[in-house]
Amino acid sequence: MAYQTALIALGDPTRQRVFEELRAGPQSVGRLAAKLPVSRPAVSQHLAVLKKAGLVGDRADGTRRVYFIDPQGLAPIRIWLDQFWEVALTAFQAEVESKAGAS
Amino acid sequence: MIAIAPVRKKLLVHASQAHAFAVFTRDMSKWWPATHSILKSPQKECVLEPRIGGRWYAVGEDGSTCQTGYVIDWNPPHSLVLAWQLSAAWEFDPKLITEVEVRFIAESADLTRVELEHRHLERMGEAAAAARNAVDSPRGWGAIMDSFKQCAEKGGGLS
Repeated sequence: MAYQTALIALGDPTRQRVFEELRAGPQSVGRLAAKLPVSRPAVSQHLAVLKKAGLVGDRADGTRRVYFIDPQGLAPIRIWLDQFWEVALTAFQAEVESKAGAS
Repeated sequence: MIAIAPVRKKLLVHASQAHAFAVFTRDMSKWWPATHSILKSPQKECVLEPRIGGRWYAVGEDGSTCQTGYVIDWNPPHSLVLAWQLSAAWEFDPKLITEVEVRFIAESADLTRVELEHRHLERMGEAAAAARNAVDSPRGWGAIMDSFKQCAEKGGGLS
């Protein structure tokens, strides 16, 4: 489901490391792969998941493509709110269903 | 300004549309996570005044109140739109308006689909610099990322 995209995206330890590496600044797939114990295609796949989850962006830089965390620092806010609503709606669901039909 | 994707959630609840709407709005105190209150004393109530322009606020056990936002649109039992005015630094900011739209769709007499969208998050940009400074503090986003990671590793949630 859509709401799980961001959660799943960082649930993977390698993806978490890719995301952490990007905190140092925009980087290409090759440079990321050089720092991590995974192949370039694997890094590309992880970046694709992070991008789909709205956690990173990308742009052309000459012939390369570089990836970056939202420079305004909004990705963590979004992640945080995603988690907040997850917790809140789980509690809401429990409350609704505990008294279903009792309104 | 860089736009960022809205937070979207969907869930099915085994209850009528009217009941789901009522619990979400009238009974918010019963489910709103108390740990996320911005009050200094423990949260006693979370109040949503049921009308356009109505206030949305939390009340602490010591009687203090903190505003979260207000009601932008009120269309019971189908939908509502709330203004969420808490900044990235988790403080009420009257100039900040992000929107939380919640729709209640009746799948059957006792099954309701709830769709929530929290949007215009890029408006939190003004406060983002402060948030970024908080990232590396023990109580900042770093800690949030840790709890988030735990949540993610458990498979996270609503399913």
